Amino acid sequence: MLEETLKRIQAHKGVVGTIVVNAEGIPIRTTLDNSTTVQYAGLLHQLTMKARSTVRDIDPQNDLTFLRIRSKKHEIMVAPDKEYLLIVIQNPCE
Amino acid sequence: MRGSPRLPRASPPRGTYHCLPVGGAGRPSVVGESAGNAKALSPSCGRIGRARLPARCHGCRINFRSPVGRGGGVGVPRGRAAAAAAASRGAGGMPGKAGDRHQQGQTGPSGGKAVPARPAKSVSKKRDEDASTEMGEGLDEWAAAKTLIKPPDQLELTEAELKEEFTRILTANNPHAPQNIVRYSFKERTYKPISYVDQMAIHFSLNGNMILKDSDEGRCQNARLSTEAEKPPVEDSKIISEEAEIKDEESTEDIQAAGEEEAEETGTAEAAEAAEAEELPPPRPKERKLANQFNFIERASKTLNNPLRDRACQSEPTPCKNFSATANQWEIYDAYVEELQKMEKSKEKEKPRAHIAKKEEKRRGRKSTSLESQSDDITKVSKAAKIMERMVNQNTFDDIAQDFKYFEDASDEYRDQQGTLLPLWKFQYDKTKRLAVTAISWNPKYKDLFAVGYGSYDFMKQSQGMLLLYTMKNPSFPEYIFSSESGIMCLDIHNDHPHLVAVGFYDGNVAIYNLKKPSSQPSHKSSAKSGKHMDPVWQVKWQKDDMDNNLNFFSVSSDGRIVSWTLVKNELVHTDVIKLSVEGTTMQGPEGLQLQTFGCGTSFDFHKKIDYLFLVGTEEGKIYKCSKCYSSQFLDVFEAHHMAVDAVSWNPYHMKVFISCSSDWTVKIWDHTIKTPMFIYDLNSAVGDVAWSPYSSTVFAAVTTDGKAHVFDLSVNKYEAICTQVVVAKKKNKITHIQFNPVYPVVIIGDDRGHVTCLKLSPNLRRMPKEKKGQEVKKGPEVEIAKLDKLLNLVREPAGQAGR
Repeated sequence: MLEETLKRIQAHKGVVGTIVVNAEGIPIRTTLDNSTTVQYAGLLHQLTMKARSTVRDIDPQNDLTFLRIRSKKHEIMVAPDKEYLLIVIQNPCE
Repeated sequence: MRGSPRLPRASPPRGTYHCLPVGGAGRPSVVGESAGNAKALSPSCGRIGRARLPARCHGCRINFRSPVGRGGGVGVPRGRAAAAAAASRGAGGMPGKAGDRHQQGQTGPSGGKAVPARPAKSVSKKRDEDASTEMGEGLDEWAAAKTLIKPPDQLELTEAELKEEFTRILTANNPHAPQNIVRYSFKERTYKPISYVDQMAIHFSLNGNMILKDSDEGRCQNARLSTEAEKPPVEDSKIISEEAEIKDEESTEDIQAAGEEEAEETGTAEAAEAAEAEELPPPRPKERKLANQFNFIERASKTLNNPLRDRACQSEPTPCKNFSATANQWEIYDAYVEELQKMEKSKEKEKPRAHIAKKEEKRRGRKSTSLESQSDDITKVSKAAKIMERMVNQNTFDDIAQDFKYFEDASDEYRDQQGTLLPLWKFQYDKTKRLAVTAISWNPKYKDLFAVGYGSYDFMKQSQGMLLLYTMKNPSFPEYIFSSESGIMCLDIHNDHPHLVAVGFYDGNVAIYNLKKPSSQPSHKSSAKSGKHMDPVWQVKWQKDDMDNNLNFFSVSSDGRIVSWTLVKNELVHTDVIKLSVEGTTMQGPEGLQLQTFGCGTSFDFHKKIDYLFLVGTEEGKIYKCSKCYSSQFLDVFEAHHMAVDAVSWNPYHMKVFISCSSDWTVKIWDHTIKTPMFIYDLNSAVGDVAWSPYSSTVFAAVTTDGKAHVFDLSVNKYEAICTQVVVAKKKNKITHIQFNPVYPVVIIGDDRGHVTCLKLSPNLRRMPKEKKGQEVKKGPEVEIAKLDKLLNLVREPAGQAGR
């Protein structure tokens, strides 16, 4: 079920790459090349931790569900989980 | 160097002399002799202390007069070996040995080199010539064996020089003592030589520990020893034996001669014991202890230093792990929440109703543990992946999402009451491309989730069916997928249990799908045994739970039966509610049987408020008003249409009004108390479905097989649709169903190609009564009812008023 979902995401229009990162910031699945993956994983992991910490510091009952970074070239979407992090980079067609 | 051993002397020795090596500069090597000149006494036997040598050395039997000595060769190792061998022969071999040794001695200081043998045959020959009879074979051998080797640095001396005699004088002077010591005399203020120099040379000094017996110290010691004798003899004997050892060699006699007092001090332990046993020394007055302050003797002994050895042992370092954490507000909160949960769990366990709870917990626990054991794999990301998929879709269909949310067609103002339908998303799934949409329903709980049933209306082409649930958040892929062998004809989602979907099949079966369970098969299904329909089931509808709290739904089918299905203990139990018998069609069959033909129900709808009341539409075009209580009688019959009634639906607000549509191209609105319809609309094409809008009692929509959707608002225009729009891509596509979303201003339309389209209603279609200034706008169902009532009143014939 999960594999299909990931495949569908990857096959979706405009999606550049998909990365699954574990709790320690180590990428376990990726469709991009190694150096890019490592870079994305490390940086986004830290950012997600920070974002989650921010949200929960304000209200401990709250929690981060999704993180989106829109840049000029593309959009980076991060879906955090208890232990994992799912990162998708997409070129939203405009 | 003492060379020759003590030989049996033929004549008494004349003073001490040594046989010195040959070669003139014989060096005296004994300390104590004067540094007199050593004389080379003979070629091979150097003697001192003599003026003249005999022809032959008395000890050595070497002929001195032979000119052998020149250059003084040295006996070769062969000579040495011969000499060693000859030594055992006694006197005969002695001279060779002695001489050899001396020669060796000379060569020692002069170099000690192993010089290759140089056979000096001529020399030996001469020797032999001069040899007396006394020269035996041994000597011959020796002479022959001996080869004179001249060391390269030997002094070359003449014959005369060699025969020179040296005199040596023995004095008692210390050769090492300085002879020219000078001291500064303060009296004369000059350096003056000292005439007398101490000539004593100390060769060896040892501090002994012997004390003179008669001295103070000695007497003191004696006294001490005598007192100690009273102590156990063993110790004494030890001490005694020690002392004895020390004094053993030289003073044994003294001790023995000492007398009674020292009898204990004698050497052996046995003697001491015996002595002690016999004699007891008289106690001596203690003498003043003399402390020897000056003659300090240090005695030291060194013990064996045990060699040290390192022994080390290294253990495995304990595994270390770095741990770091932050203490944030939310971490503290999490800890508290965990603690709270634990406490609650423990409380639950304590309670007596823990039976059920425990079981549930166990099941939950098992589930969670089984999940956890599978953890460490990637399936935990499934939730995140779902969200991600929706986000990705949102990005892709961003404009549509924006339209859905915010777009309001501004041009509606200029359209004068006409409205439009804005197409939004299109939902399709590749496996349903050949199937027709046979049923659509929104989920009552999740307003974005809707269920679509797939099957086929074509009698000839019947294939499998599918049940898909889509969400508007993800237009690319359905959330739930179920497949079945037979085409699905209708579905309904339970209001209170939004995870239960009742489904009717083309083959007459009904089934319940449970969305919470992951399987693709229905959780309950009817079968031929359990009273399935003979013909396709055209409509199913959930009812309220019956008195035993069992789930319950109704189904209507072409076989004329309306069946109530109850889920009793995981089984579907059917109850025939009504058999639709067609009036006046009892036929006389053969042999007098009364055959009754049944009408074929094609649709039904239950009243929202009046529980037992429901409407059934049939293939003949009749609409029956029925009650659940009466199983054989209808309450009323409406001659509605000429062809099959495709849909009937009660108005959500008005209690009396319902709508019906049919393949005879008409849509009719009825008041159930009046036999004739209130409104009739002809849509020029077979009407597939009709639906009331949830937000207004006067708005409804109908879809026709020519691909058009018609929206009517009775309060705006009683006779015409305010919107007629083609909503499918190809004209060939026939629209089969339409449903309004209960919350959002969208409708979904399904066609017979398996497509589901979502359209947004433009503002004109959603018009609410305008607010008048100063007047409160009444909201709520009463308003709607009143609105509709007003309309109806206009329509109703005055004659009809009597019948109300």
